[in-house]
Amino acid sequence: MGKTTTSASIGTGLAQRGHKTVIIDFDVGLRNLDLIMGCERRVVYDFVNVINGEANLKQTLIKDKRVDNLYILPASQTRDKDALTQEGVEKVLDELSEDFDFIVCDSPAGIERGAQMALYFADMAVVVTNPEVSSVRDSDRILGILQSKSRKAEKGEVVEEKLLLTRYNPERVEEGEMLSVEDVKEILAIELLGVIPESEAVLKASNQGSPVILDSDSNSGQAYADAVGRLFGEEIEHRFLDVEKKGFFKRLMGA
Amino acid sequence: MSSSEVCFQLKGSNITSIVLELKQYPSTEFLSQLQDKVSQAPQLFADSAVVISLEKFSPEHTHVDFKPLIADCFEAGLHPMAFRSVDEALLESVKTTGLPALPGAARSASVHAVEADNTPAAELLPNGDGEQVEMTLESPREEEAVEEAVTTIIETRVEIQEKLVHRPAKIIERPVRGGQQIYAEGCDLIVLAQVSEGAEVLADGNIHIYAPLRGRALAGVKGDSNARIFCQQLEAELVSVAGIFILSDELKDKAWKQAAHIQLKDERLTIAQINDK
Ligand SMILES: Nc1ncnc2c1ncn2[C@@H]1O[C@H](COP(=O)(O)OP(=O)(O)OP(=O)(O)O)[C@@H](O)[C@H]1O
Ligand SMILES: [Mg+2]
Repeated sequence: MGKTTTSASIGTGLAQRGHKTVIIDFDVGLRNLDLIMGCERRVVYDFVNVINGEANLKQTLIKDKRVDNLYILPASQTRDKDALTQEGVEKVLDELSEDFDFIVCDSPAGIERGAQMALYFADMAVVVTNPEVSSVRDSDRILGILQSKSRKAEKGEVVEEKLLLTRYNPERVEEGEMLSVEDVKEILAIELLGVIPESEAVLKASNQGSPVILDSDSNSGQAYADAVGRLFGEEIEHRFLDVEKKGFFKRLMGA
Repeated sequence: MSSSEVCFQLKGSNITSIVLELKQYPSTEFLSQLQDKVSQAPQLFADSAVVISLEKFSPEHTHVDFKPLIADCFEAGLHPMAFRSVDEALLESVKTTGLPALPGAARSASVHAVEADNTPAAELLPNGDGEQVEMTLESPREEEAVEEAVTTIIETRVEIQEKLVHRPAKIIERPVRGGQQIYAEGCDLIVLAQVSEGAEVLADGNIHIYAPLRGRALAGVKGDSNARIFCQQLEAELVSVAGIFILSDELKDKAWKQAAHIQLKDERLTIAQINDK
C-alpha cells in the first residue's frame, strides 16, 4: 500500500526540480491517481482512449495547476483491464519519451497483467513495501518478475531497483509489531531509496487532492523530498527511523 | 509441410515431481498414510504431480486394480501422472488406469526442444538452461513426425553425454526471487546471491549458495545421492538430496542461519555447520 501516494509525490518532486514529468495511472478500472492529484474533474479522455486512437495525447494529458512541468495521464474507470495491450502501451510510452524527461508509471496491486504491463518497459523500478512480512514477500516476487519478464530482462539487461518503505511506524517497530528497516533490507537486499513514516498528513493530503510532498511541513512530505534527492545521487541521511524521544527542553520549546 | 509456416513448437522439460514408491498394495491403510504424509508438508505436496514407482513393489498377483490407488492420490491432493519401473507382468494392470508406464529412473529422458521443421537433430541439443516448461501443440497431424524427431534427439544426446568429461557449472549472479525456479541440468549450480523464500533451485549435481538460502534447494534431482548442498546462511524452507528432503522445522536446530553443508549419509540427510569451531 502506498504505490499511488508514492507515484504522485515522486512525480511531483521530479517536476519541482525542473524536469518535465508525466505520471501514468495503470490501474485501469480504479482511477485513483487523479483523485490524489486533485484533477479528477478535469479528466476528459484517458490512457485507454489514447491507446485505441480515440484521442491524442495532447487532448488527454492533464497539466497540473500547482507545479510546472507536471502532467497526469489518467486511467479509465470503466474499461476492462485487457484494454491495455503491450503494443499500445509501448506506442504511448515512445511518444511520451520524446517530450518528457521522466515517465512515472503507477502500477496496480498484485503481480498480474496490469502490474506486469506497468513494469515491462521500466528502466528503473521503485518497489513500494510496507514493513509487514506479506508485503515484503510480494515485493520479492515482483522483483523476480521485474528481472525476468521486463523488456530489459529479455534483452539480458538489469532493471535498476530501489526500495521505498512506507507507512513506517517506529513505535510499532519497537513493539515488535512491524519489521524494521534493517529486517526489510536484509530480506530484499536492494538499495533503500527512502523510508516514509506513517502519518496523518498523507490522508489529509489525499483528501485535499494534493500530493503529500507539497506539504513540506509534514515528515512524510520531507521524507519523499529526500527520496527524490537520492534519485539524483544526493547523499541524504535517512530520517524518521526512530521513535521520537521528546526531551524536557524540546517539549518546552514546543518542538 | 516445407512451404507452410511452422504450426507449433514442442518443448520438453524436466519437471520435478514427487515419486511415490509403492511397497504394498492393496491396503486399507494407503489413503490414511498418504494423507498423513501430505499433511506434514502441505505446501510441498499440494497439487503436486506424482509418479508412482513400482520398483519396490512385488505383489502376490499379477493383476492389481490400481484405480482406487489413483483415486486415493487425488483425494490426498496429489496428481498422479504416470507409473514408473513397471514390471512386465504388471503392465496390463497399469494400462487399464490410462496412465503411461515410464521407464525406470536411470533411463529417464531429459530436456529437448524441438521445432516442427526439419532442422537436423544435432543442432537441436538443449543449451542446458532447462527452464522452459511448455508444450504447445496445435496440429495433431504433426505429432508423429515430432515423436520421431524426439527419439533421434534422445539418441544423439545420450551419445554426446557419454563423451563429455566435464560439464561447466551453471552460475547465477542475481537473487533468485520468490516464484522463480532455476535448474542446472547435468551440472552443478552456483548462486552468488540470495535464494528468497518461495524460490526453488535445483541441480543434477551440487548446489553452492554464497548468500542466504531461504527458499528450497534440491541437489541430485536425477538421483545422484553423492550430490551436496553448501550455503552461506541456512534458512531454507526445504533442502533435498536425491529426493530425500528435510523441511525448515527440522532444520531450525541444525546450523540455522549458519554456513552449512548438507549431504546424504546412509539414506539420511546430515547437516553440518561449516567452520564450526
Ligand atoms: N505514509 C503513509 N501514512 C499513512 N497512510 C498512508 C501512507 N501511505 C499511504 N497511506 C494510505 O494508504 C492507503 C493506500 O494508499 P495508496 O492508494 O497510495 O496505495 P496503493 O498501493 O496505490 O493502493 P492500490 O493497490 O489500491 O492501488 C490510502 O488511504 C493512503 O492514504
Ligand atoms: Mg494505487
